[in-house]
Amino acid sequence: MNIHEYQAKEILRAHGVPVPPGEVATTPDEAGRIADSIGGMVVVKAQVHAGGRGKAGGVKLADDAADARAKAEAILGMEIKGLTVEKVLITPAEEIDTEAYLGIVMDRGSQSDVIMVSSEGGIDIEEVAASNPEAIHKLPVDARYGLLPHQASALAYALYDDPKLARQAARIISQLYAAYRAAGCTLAEINPLISTPAGEVKAIDAKMNIDDNALFRLPDVEAMRDESAEDPSELKAREAGLSYIQLDGDVGCCVNGAGLAMATMDLVKHYGGEPANFLDIGGSSNPDKVVTAFEIITSDPNVKSILFNIFGGITRCDDVANGIVEATRRIDVGLPIAIRLTGTNEELAVEILKDNGFEAMTDMDEVVKRAVALAAGSSS
Amino acid sequence: MSIFIDENTRLVVQGITGRDGSFHARQMIEYGTRVVAGVTPGKGGQSFDDSVPVFNTVAEAVEQTGANASVIYVPAAFASSAIFESADAGIDLIVCITEGVPVADMMTALPYVREKGARLIGPNCPGLIAPGIGKIGILPGQIVAPGPVGIVSRSGTLTYEVIFQLTRHGIGQSTCVGIGGDPLIGTDFVDCLEAFEADPNTGAVAMIGEIGGTDEQVAAAFVRDHMTKPVVGFIAGQTAPPGRRMGHAGAIISGSEGTAAEKMAAFRECGIAVAERPADLVGLIETRLQD
Repeated sequence: MNIHEYQAKEILRAHGVPVPPGEVATTPDEAGRIADSIGGMVVVKAQVHAGGRGKAGGVKLADDAADARAKAEAILGMEIKGLTVEKVLITPAEEIDTEAYLGIVMDRGSQSDVIMVSSEGGIDIEEVAASNPEAIHKLPVDARYGLLPHQASALAYALYDDPKLARQAARIISQLYAAYRAAGCTLAEINPLISTPAGEVKAIDAKMNIDDNALFRLPDVEAMRDESAEDPSELKAREAGLSYIQLDGDVGCCVNGAGLAMATMDLVKHYGGEPANFLDIGGSSNPDKVVTAFEIITSDPNVKSILFNIFGGITRCDDVANGIVEATRRIDVGLPIAIRLTGTNEELAVEILKDNGFEAMTDMDEVVKRAVALAAGSSS
Repeated sequence: MSIFIDENTRLVVQGITGRDGSFHARQMIEYGTRVVAGVTPGKGGQSFDDSVPVFNTVAEAVEQTGANASVIYVPAAFASSAIFESADAGIDLIVCITEGVPVADMMTALPYVREKGARLIGPNCPGLIAPGIGKIGILPGQIVAPGPVGIVSRSGTLTYEVIFQLTRHGIGQSTCVGIGGDPLIGTDFVDCLEAFEADPNTGAVAMIGEIGGTDEQVAAAFVRDHMTKPVVGFIAGQTAPPGRRMGHAGAIISGSEGTAAEKMAAFRECGIAVAERPADLVGLIETRLQD
């Protein structure tokens, strides 16, 4: 799950990280009022789940309250990487002496959380990593002991020569690590981490990604979920325990298991079609799940045929067959369907489908070819 | 022969009285696996299906039945604790089927398992099956056949698909291992490839990968440098858009790392024949077994 900058900053503040004040506005008037109460120059920042907000014109400096109102009017409603901006964060413009990068990411390779710092902050860290990898200092943390004080200190001195700044940075690195652990993050970044002419170190931007699997025990973090920032179909799928991602094609795919679902999409492409979606109905699939899958797939107007590819292990083929029958009774699907079922209770499933006028296939390649042909308007 | 599991495997089922645990315990027994014990805290002293003793702790199960392998079907919130318990009790092979385990939990469980000298397979995996010998996990027994092909895969049902197609064409398997779709797992491709290379009954290996991470690239280099047996491969997710999580927590393409195209290129560079479709694995394996 992604959370917004302003939410990540709330978490950081709660862990003691120095973060300048800020408030969220959903209208230009509100933005103006907040800017007025802050006083002086402010920054108006789009709150969307996308990187590169600055480059897209979603972050603007404003001279005063009236200007903040105007800037907010321009930013609210704008699209950044396909996402509409619904909220802006108003925060004071800081005087900046240096900009550094501080991040923690879950690293599969070392099977640990890795802390990264670079004195070249404020820009794409990926670019620094590619062009000047020595400029990034990395430290894998042993989760059993956590971040040790000397480790935080070493990272801090890699950022600042001035002990006054380094001491502040060491504290911030430890606080960020604590926040990362407490909020179930797989990524937490402060970019940039600034130092001011007055000798203060502060976080002026923040980004966090949360491990979905940890949310069950983090109700405060779960409450930060912004459903308006999610695709409605993907939201509906998640609530039903399905995993769905909409794509641009016209062959609607319904598969059990993520790997098989991806392989099925690849096969659609292989036979000249375009998959309309990724949809994994998961393990033990009751008929209701299949009905919801139908509703989601058919809500995409691009879909011209529906492809079922089920390999029954835990999933029982007869459950899926019942779901297909039930769905076509309850909703007007109005689209041709190609079905392949193999594995647990296959014979039972084939019977159920036959009794209701559906044909079931047993071969993955054959059913995909069929679905692609159906989408292209041929019944062969 | 087989890898990780053999005639001496004595299995304890953690969560044997639960919905999934009880169903799959029966399936494993039916397949011929020696299920010697079950564990459900608070149900110690009971008997599962009048044949398998249930204990409160894994330690008791080990002490009284000589269990040396465990399989975990407990809910995600308790899965890492079950892994710790098994490792602590001296279990050699721990297979965690549970999906949805927080990565933070695995961060501490993995080094613990390693220090205890145990092997963990999973989490979020279908387990493993050695046709004719036994199975640990949820792989369907009816689709496998004994034979020379070792299978290692990050997927569940896609693995079944490949096994099904091989068996249908008369090609059997030595051992099939599903290593799991999570970003942090106990046993990776290289561990399995190494074991298949050493297994006299494995003649060729099929490696089934997915988008996300760089495990396949690392495995490809291992094949090039350390394997004499032929390896063929397939990568799922050629049509996946970047930055999106495709069901498995591990299946996400980020930056320049982890696309299907990159992984397929790495396979080819290291002498691994790449199947465009799962069905093509059959022909690739067949020719290599004949050589």
